[in-house]
Amino acid sequence: MQSTQYSLDSIRNDFPVLERKVRDNKALVYLDNAATTQKPIQVIDAITDYYKNHNSNIHRAVHALAEESTEAFEVTRSKVAKFLNVVNNDEIIFVRGTTEAINLVAYAWGRDNVQKGDIVVTTEYEHHSNIVPWQILTQETGAELRYIDIDKNGELMLEQLDEHLATGRVKLVAVSHVSNVLGTITDIKEIITKCKNAGSKILIDGAQAVPHMKVDISDLDCDFYAFSAHKMLGPTGVGVLWARKELLEKMRPFQGGGDMIREVHKFETTYNDLPYKFEAGTPNVADVICFSAAIDYLTKIGMDNVRNHEIELTKYALEKMSKVNGLVIYGPKNSEKQGGVISFNFEDVHPHDVATIVDKNGVAIRSGHHCAQVLMEKLDVAATNRASFYIYTTKQEIDVLINSLEEVAKVFKL
Amino acid sequence: MSGDPIYTEMIIEYSRNPSNFGKIENPQIHRHDSNPLCGDSIDLYVNTDGTKITEVKFDGKGCAICMACTSVLTEMIQNKNLDEVKNFQKDELLAELGLEHLIKTSPVRIKCALLSLKALKYGIYSYFVEKMNDVEAAGNLKEEAASLY
Repeated sequence: MQSTQYSLDSIRNDFPVLERKVRDNKALVYLDNAATTQKPIQVIDAITDYYKNHNSNIHRAVHALAEESTEAFEVTRSKVAKFLNVVNNDEIIFVRGTTEAINLVAYAWGRDNVQKGDIVVTTEYEHHSNIVPWQILTQETGAELRYIDIDKNGELMLEQLDEHLATGRVKLVAVSHVSNVLGTITDIKEIITKCKNAGSKILIDGAQAVPHMKVDISDLDCDFYAFSAHKMLGPTGVGVLWARKELLEKMRPFQGGGDMIREVHKFETTYNDLPYKFEAGTPNVADVICFSAAIDYLTKIGMDNVRNHEIELTKYALEKMSKVNGLVIYGPKNSEKQGGVISFNFEDVHPHDVATIVDKNGVAIRSGHHCAQVLMEKLDVAATNRASFYIYTTKQEIDVLINSLEEVAKVFKL
Repeated sequence: MSGDPIYTEMIIEYSRNPSNFGKIENPQIHRHDSNPLCGDSIDLYVNTDGTKITEVKFDGKGCAICMACTSVLTEMIQNKNLDEVKNFQKDELLAELGLEHLIKTSPVRIKCALLSLKALKYGIYSYFVEKMNDVEAAGNLKEEAASLY
């Protein structure tokens, strides 16, 4: 079913949790990858190895373990840079996750650059992490928050961005690369060009993009890009903010503390160089180091292969799901235009009832508002069900999902 | 499906045709409550003559479990004495729909089942404390509501 480089069987063998039985001895069918992905044995082993053999704080002590840990920590930084085609390692800031990365920008950049009368633009399909920080910032500064709405296919109405930019007051456009609910792939190149022409900064939430497709930051030429490790085989508690060096240099620190300083006196402090200026306190050393193993794993498979695998699965699932009685699919419904994410509902059946029924068959899907209540309001639903795929997902697993969905239709007499 | 059944005919039927669905204008007791993580959201409206529940309605959106349990709760407390309703226990409600097993099997879905009871207990508490100025009559209702799930 796959290209020669893509061996689904050997990939699946690397994920111990996929052997799990759940509920009444049902094979686990894990389709909640947009929330977090499972971890391969290489990442799990890296965590064990770190704590067994290398555990130490970084950047300060001179003993052997500290040097090893510091080296490994910085190796991950280089790997992340290479993975995203970023030339300058200092532009990679390790944070707790995408949420913290966006908040960092809202505080450390936003408070000095967004004033009363300015506009921040976001979109209707953003995760709460790319809405709430901008609400807080605009409420605090007296700036205005505006939205780009979505059309009936779940795609952004970019002419609205033109209208916002035409005011000449837009300081920042914050948009996700791939919608975590609809899967819509945003035309970010077009948006970046528009922002550049209008003199606005552009932040991209790449939490659902970096794990699933090749992202080349040099080519994109945006201003800020954020994503999380745990959605791409890595551990929780690690995220990355990439920002252009000239921006980072001008930005005030986000948090004060150890490691972010050069000299501290009673009443004044000089700050450390990039990237450390934004990494106050002991970072998540172990998990950053283990994130290396996840990047290696994805690099070995090749991001184009990852994307192609997901296109094939999404196409297969969309086709089969469209035949289930009473099932409504949201978003582009086009595997080329969306990531491996499908949101759906059954007429009047609440998503939690759907998720409970499929869970009895071992199928893990997400039901809820997916931290996207603005989008739920737009779709006029309280919640949706969401199935999301990854490198280890098989067509057989999608068949189990489809059979379970048919069971839902039967139970609810649709 | 296997294990203890959730989606029985009765639950499906109630979820499709909830009892006492609607709104009471200017009710003596009104309580809105929601489960932020799953999106169940209901408003419970109750009128009382001071000793008995005289009218009860609810509206909102929720899953089949939430709709069925809220429906059954409204049926069970209709015309009951306030004192009785104050002491209404979750087991009685769950037993009515055969959902006792949820307490053990599904810490997530039990919230759907007990949302309306939580709203009811808080609602009666507020009625006694705010409208009747009778803290004693309100008893432990607030704590009970908070510890339902």
